[in-house]
Amino acid sequence: MVRMNNVTKVYDSSGTVAIDGVDLSIDEGEFVFLVGPSGSGKTTIMKLITGEIHANSGEITVNDFDMMKIKRRKLPKMRRTLGVIFQDYRLIENMTVYDNVAFAMRVVGASNKEISKRVPYVLELVGLEGREKRLPNELSGGEQQRVAIARALVNSPRMIVADEPTGNLDPVRSLELMLLFEKINEMGTTILVVTHEKELVNAFSKRVITIDGGHVISDGMDGYYSYEI
Amino acid sequence: MAATLSVTEWMGTTVMKFNRGGYLIGEGFRSIGKHGFMSFASVTIIMACLIIMGSVSLLSVNIDALIKDLENQNEVVAFVDEELSEEEAKAIESKIEAVENVESADFVPRELAMDNFFDNYDSYVMEGIDSTVFRHRFVIHLTDIALMSETTDNLMKVDGVAKVRAHIEYADIFVTIRNVVSVVSLVLIVMLVFVSVFIMSNTIKLATFNRREEIAIMKMVGANNGFIRLPFIVEGLTLGLIGGGLAFLAEWGVYEVLTGKIISTVAGSFIRVVPFTDVAVTVLVCYLGTGILVGVFGGINAIRNYLKV
Repeated sequence: MVRMNNVTKVYDSSGTVAIDGVDLSIDEGEFVFLVGPSGSGKTTIMKLITGEIHANSGEITVNDFDMMKIKRRKLPKMRRTLGVIFQDYRLIENMTVYDNVAFAMRVVGASNKEISKRVPYVLELVGLEGREKRLPNELSGGEQQRVAIARALVNSPRMIVADEPTGNLDPVRSLELMLLFEKINEMGTTILVVTHEKELVNAFSKRVITIDGGHVISDGMDGYYSYEI
Repeated sequence: MAATLSVTEWMGTTVMKFNRGGYLIGEGFRSIGKHGFMSFASVTIIMACLIIMGSVSLLSVNIDALIKDLENQNEVVAFVDEELSEEEAKAIESKIEAVENVESADFVPRELAMDNFFDNYDSYVMEGIDSTVFRHRFVIHLTDIALMSETTDNLMKVDGVAKVRAHIEYADIFVTIRNVVSVVSLVLIVMLVFVSVFIMSNTIKLATFNRREEIAIMKMVGANNGFIRLPFIVEGLTLGLIGGGLAFLAEWGVYEVLTGKIISTVAGSFIRVVPFTDVAVTVLVCYLGTGILVGVFGGINAIRNYLKV
C-alpha cells in the first residue's frame, strides 16, 4: 500500500530538511495515525504520498505506483486510487453537495446512471442524506468535512489520506468524524490520518506513527500518542 | 478472446470519453454563466481590442484606396507618329496594350484631342489652329505606377509611338506616400495586435485566477490536464466568438456612421470611401479568428501554471 525506504526531502527554496531517512510501511486495510508536532514532517509525508512533491532520495511506493519514477501524466491515475481529505475541506463553492461528490466520479468517466446510483449511497453513508442540493457555505464545518469524505470515498479508493481532518471541528464533531473513518476502515479501505490531536488519537486503539524533526521516532500498535507537543 | 476483450475495452473507453466529453463541453458553457462578470469583462476587452485594431486597419484600407484612385488619375499619354493615318494609329492599340504593366489604352483621335484642349483655354488664343497641329494619341492607365519609368521606356519601343508623356515625378510621390502609409499601418497594427493580445490574455488570466483552487481540487481527485482544460477551451472559444461577433457588428455600425458623415461633407465629393460590404467578410473572418485564438490560447495559457500540481 505505502512503502517508504530511507526517504529524504529537502525543500529547494529554503534548504530545510523536512524528512531525513524515513522508513515506514502501511499495509492494505490498516488504520494509521501519523502524529507529531507542527513542522515535524507530517504534511511532507502526506504530500509525498499524494505526489504533490517529490523526494530527493529513497524509495516510495503508493498503491503499486513507484513515486520516484512516476511521470506527471500518470499522476491522475495514481491519485484515483487515493481519497484525499484536507483540514479546510476544499469543496468547490459554487457546486452543490451532490455535484461536489459527483464531480470526482465524472473525472474517472462514470456515466450519469452510475453517478445517480452511487452518490446518494455515499452521501447516506456519511450521514448527509437530504443535504444534496445545499451549497457548501450552507453547511456546518462537520457537514462540509463529511462532503469531503463522501467525495474521497465515491470512487472506492484503496486508501484515504486525511490531513488534519478535524482541525476546524469541535471535539464532538471530531469524534463523530473519527467514528466515520473507523466505519469506512471496517469496510476495507485503508485509512491514514495525519493529526496532532492527542486526545482523539488516544480515544482509538489504532497504530500510531510518531514523527519529529523529520525522523520516525515511534511506531506502535498500542494506539497511544505519548509524545508531548 | 484477446481481441474480444480489447474491443470491449475500447468500447468502455469510448463510452467513458463520451460521458466525460459531453459533461466537459456542458461545463464550459455553464461556466460562462457561473462566472458572469468575468465573462462579461473578457468579451468587452476582446471587443474593444478588436474594434481598435479593426478601425486602424479599415483606415489604412481607405487611405490605400484613396491613393490608388489618385494613381489612376496619373495617366501616361503616348503620341502617335504624325505620318500615320487614324486607322493606322488605331491599329497599334493592341501593341500598346501588350506592353507589360499597361492596364488599359484608350485611343484619342487628333480632333477629339483638339476639342479637349480647347475646352481648357479661351477660344481667341486658339484662333486659326486646326486639328493637324495635334497628334493621334493613347491615354494609358498603368497597373502599377511604381513601374512607370520602365513602362514608358517600353512604350517608346512600340512602332508608331513618337513620344510618351508621363509625370514620373508625381508617380514617385504617390509610390512614396503609399509605401509610408503601408509601413506605418503595418507597424501600428502589429503593435496593436501585441498590446491587444497582452490585454486580452491578462483579462482571461484574471478571470481564471479565482478558479485556481477549483483546479487544485480537480487535480487532487485525479483529473488529468485534458479534463481540466476542455471546459476552459470551450469557454474561451465561446467568449472569443461572442466577442468577435459583437465587435464585427459594432465596427459595422461605427463605420457606417463615420463614413456617412464624411460622404455628407465637402470632402465626400472627391473622396471615395470603401463600402463596408466590400470588406465585411474579411473583417468578420479576422475578428472571429482572432477572438477564437485569443480565447482558446488565452484560456490554456492562463491555467497552465495551475496545472503543475
